[in-house]
Amino acid sequence: MLEIRETGPQALVQDLGRPGHAAIGVGRSGAADRAALRLGNRLVANDSHGAAAIEVLLGGLVFVAHRAVTIALTGAPAPATVDGRPVGHHTLVTVRAGQEVRLGPPACGLRTYVCVRGGLDVPPVLGSRSTDTLSGIGPEPLAKGTELAVGPEPAAWPLVAVAPVPLPPVDTVTLHAVRGPRADAAVDPSALVRTVWQASGETDRIGMRLLGATLETADGGGSLPSEGLTRGAIQLPPGGEPVVFLADHPVTGGYPVIAVLRDADVDRASQVRPGQSVRVRFT
Amino acid sequence: MRVLPYGDSALLVETDDVLPLAEACRSGLDGLLDVVPAARTVLLLAEPGTDLGGLRAAVETLEVAAVEAAEVAAVEIPVVYDGPDLADVAALTGLSEDEVVAAHTGTAWRVAFGGFAPGFAYLAGGDPRLSVSRRETSRTKVPAGSVGLAGEYSGVYPRSSPGGWQLLGRTDVVLFDLDRDPPALLQPGAEVRFVARDS
Repeated sequence: MLEIRETGPQALVQDLGRPGHAAIGVGRSGAADRAALRLGNRLVANDSHGAAAIEVLLGGLVFVAHRAVTIALTGAPAPATVDGRPVGHHTLVTVRAGQEVRLGPPACGLRTYVCVRGGLDVPPVLGSRSTDTLSGIGPEPLAKGTELAVGPEPAAWPLVAVAPVPLPPVDTVTLHAVRGPRADAAVDPSALVRTVWQASGETDRIGMRLLGATLETADGGGSLPSEGLTRGAIQLPPGGEPVVFLADHPVTGGYPVIAVLRDADVDRASQVRPGQSVRVRFT
Repeated sequence: MRVLPYGDSALLVETDDVLPLAEACRSGLDGLLDVVPAARTVLLLAEPGTDLGGLRAAVETLEVAAVEAAEVAAVEIPVVYDGPDLADVAALTGLSEDEVVAAHTGTAWRVAFGGFAPGFAYLAGGDPRLSVSRRETSRTKVPAGSVGLAGEYSGVYPRSSPGGWQLLGRTDVVLFDLDRDPPALLQPGAEVRFVARDS
């Protein structure tokens, strides 16, 4: 069992979400950076690469392990210590019973994943242990005193000690997209790729607003009949500032989707910090 | 039917038969993560790496049968018609308040699609005279159970939330309950009848 002592701005349980319920208004949710969640679960050799882990926004998490656990930290490289001793990122970390794990603020990226061998065993809701911040479905956000059960040891043993994967960039992030179903709703869709955007402070698990230009809409900024949304959809609301939807996006929306990020690039978009520069490239 | 691109793991299908197509995709296509019906479109969500060309071809050749109304149980929703926008809706539609209530209860609605909040259903197919625009300014708090109109749709707020629909009344029915199976009262395609009651 892990006992939460402190959280930073936000710490949530996340797995790969609950796809399949959009028709009743329930979105998929799940880890914002799914590649990081999968990597961490691979490192600790969990049977499911979608086992539930802790998603930590900008560090600040402190927990005590009440039994020995093997963990791996992925995503934003929050400097971590076990009983004060620094431990690595993207690697296996052994935590003995009673030891305290502490995450500092990462130098780049937004979200760190604390993946635990055995996975976090909180009660699933509609087939997932993810907290959906839009609908409120799933476990409560972690708070001081939250106790998290850890699932049984998987049969497989970790085969890789370190994963050499790049860290989220500190400077401009380039995100690859394709034209969306309503690309023509923008008078000049190529303005999306010409502009050096800045991620707004209004960035959360639902979406990220891009600042730096306003895209003119062909019909004067009207809405259209509601259409399904995905994570990675870039929507153009009447104000003309594009919004990139992330893990907890609404299931349907009434403004045109002018571009859609490649699935892998949504993970990278989820690590963009407020104020960071963003470029969009059509592939 | 027109199939539009939607990134590397989804397709958006424009169709006049949203619910039958959504149902046909759910039962007839393998490997989909979700099928998202909406007003005029069905979004098909696939795993990254899915052959979207193959999926597109499969959709275009899919047999779309009419959805039998009997497949989904009809739902009756008792409503107290004392909503704050009843007078405005009467003014907008040129009907009296009693005629608005009669129109809202007089024909069956059908669950068209979900969205906005868990358990919220966009109900379509009601009396066309009730088509009204949303309120110019949204309310910051609409109580759970509020019954409203917006555009061609009617809907019931599953929980307290901000909202801009024109509110006709309120109901006690619980639209979404995770301890119930299925959790959503209003399933896609279900017929919904509103019934006026006094209190």
